[in-house]
Amino acid sequence: MQLSRDVLLRAYRQMKVIREFEERLHTEIMTGEIAGFTHLYCGQEAVAVGVCEHLDSVDKIISTHRGHGHCIAKGCDVPTMMKEIWGSSEGTCKGKGGSMHIADLDHGMLGANGIVGGGAPIAVGAAMAAKIDGKGKVSIAFSGDGACNQGTTFEAMNMAVVTKAPCIFVFENNHYSEHTGFDYAVGTNLDIASRAEAFGMKVWRGNGVDFFSVHETMREVLEYVRAGNGPAAVEFDTERFFGHFEGDPQRYRGEGELDRIRDERDCLKIFREKVTQAKLLEGADLDAVDADVMSLIEASVEGARAAPRPTAEDVLTDVYISY
Amino acid sequence: MANMMYREAVLRTIFEEMERDENVVMLGEDIVGGMGTAGGPEAIGGIWSTSTGLFGKFGANRVIDTPISESAIIGAANGLALSGKRPIAELMFADFIGVSLDQIWNQMGKFRYMFGGKSKCPAVVRMAYGAGFNAAPQHSQSVHSLLTSMPGLKVVIPSTPADVVGLLRTAIRDDDPVMFLEHKALYATKGEVPDGDYTIPFGHARLTRAGQDVTIVTCGLMVGFCERVADKLAKEGIGCDVIDLRTTSPLDEEAILDSVEVTGRLIVVDESTPRCSIATDIVALVAEKAYSSLKAPSVMVMPPHTPVPFARELESAYLPSTDKIEAAVRKILAWR
Repeated sequence: MQLSRDVLLRAYRQMKVIREFEERLHTEIMTGEIAGFTHLYCGQEAVAVGVCEHLDSVDKIISTHRGHGHCIAKGCDVPTMMKEIWGSSEGTCKGKGGSMHIADLDHGMLGANGIVGGGAPIAVGAAMAAKIDGKGKVSIAFSGDGACNQGTTFEAMNMAVVTKAPCIFVFENNHYSEHTGFDYAVGTNLDIASRAEAFGMKVWRGNGVDFFSVHETMREVLEYVRAGNGPAAVEFDTERFFGHFEGDPQRYRGEGELDRIRDERDCLKIFREKVTQAKLLEGADLDAVDADVMSLIEASVEGARAAPRPTAEDVLTDVYISY
Repeated sequence: MANMMYREAVLRTIFEEMERDENVVMLGEDIVGGMGTAGGPEAIGGIWSTSTGLFGKFGANRVIDTPISESAIIGAANGLALSGKRPIAELMFADFIGVSLDQIWNQMGKFRYMFGGKSKCPAVVRMAYGAGFNAAPQHSQSVHSLLTSMPGLKVVIPSTPADVVGLLRTAIRDDDPVMFLEHKALYATKGEVPDGDYTIPFGHARLTRAGQDVTIVTCGLMVGFCERVADKLAKEGIGCDVIDLRTTSPLDEEAILDSVEVTGRLIVVDESTPRCSIATDIVALVAEKAYSSLKAPSVMVMPPHTPVPFARELESAYLPSTDKIEAAVRKILAWR
């Protein structure tokens, strides 16, 4: 399906925002200014954007510990996210969640999630709500090849099938669950989609470093699920450019692996090549987006640095019960 | 006023709340029962008879019969709650929180706080708890101490049909996650239930017996045990305050402290295991905030710190009893 110039520019911009957000965090974390654990999404941008570009704010997604990309793709405000990662009281979660817990319910973003496999059951509930409302809304459970081994994910897939909930299980196979290879940890012969299929779902597979593959695959998946056929699953083969967490020495990587995937499997490069070769966009169009994104990221970091800090009194707010 | 069983009070309240608010939905294992069988839907109607007839009235979208998948049940309740519904999830046995604890402890209990106050999670998790049926270590436990230790959960333990109605209605209308513990041995007990839109606010204990000599703090099934002891001792001129906590989170500290300041003697009677428990919590509260009122060391009447045993002799020996409670009152009065 031919995408319009506006759609292409928007998709590229979203991917570029995620990329530069993460690259900048990688640099900033070295300075020690950012506290805690941070897991970067770099390399997987085509998946988040290729999926979320099809969604409305009433559709729900739930994310993972590697959630910045999903948040941005679903419409969370980038400067406010940056403030959250800095721990500011003006952050998305007022500095109480941090990198692993950014949520924005107004945009249908039900939270990044620090527990691997924690999200899929929640997505099924969101899909049940969508089914009750009967307006063709869906929910998306983003999971990695790590979460595909959690029993919670199995329970969620079966529950979605049994209840015919409009839930889409998007498995982003980046070949590493934390520091362990996919070859070792996933028993189903290098294939996650077949596992979902065994639960009784229709499944798709796509190239997770190619925006066009993801976008076209998701168009089919969404058409199927929005039509009331129950859940579906899709596996995208993708790449993780950084370690499991920032500071991970990545001794498990092969010789030249990181250079090779950056060179051959970079979804932004692939996008640029495809649209310029097909003359859908000019290189200058993309350069202009790049410049715009760089200033957004710069402004976001400056804003986060200058943003107000929470105080000790804030520890006791936003609780269910005061003690 | 109507006279009804505790289990009928549960069912009637759910029915009325589902009728009142279309966002209220229910989910759990066998809450419909008979799905996919020759007997057909509602062949069972919930093993505790607390959901009988709901499926026929409200349909499969709002009365969701689930596979045996406790993580997915509570997780789905979370997703429903974050999406504007008011789910009531049923865990067939409270013990099964072990299977679903991540969704309770790491997810629903933390949403509001870790999302900076911007989310609501109006979910109720109902569960049948408690011993007395020789149901052995994995189907007999009292889990309220464990749940009370988790910030972000409200923990409710009704002891009468009237409290079921008032507290369950409050739970369903609450915007935060509520753990609602129903004692198996109470389901068939009867009592008067107020008519109309009766609600009971959380964090307000109920003084069920009044006396000057000893404060007995308790909840759930143990409330009746303590009342029987208080009534017996009253005939000897020994006066006991019996405080039914109703909710262990929030905890009505004021009710406990006010009573102990008069009696000077605290006994906590509870069915959960003793270490790091609601009983040690209340003893610590009194030691911290009413120390100068105490005339004797506080006493806890609880099971030993073991799993709940199976055999009749063992389970009877394990559980608090009216004899043990009476002995505790006499012991605390005899101190010095």
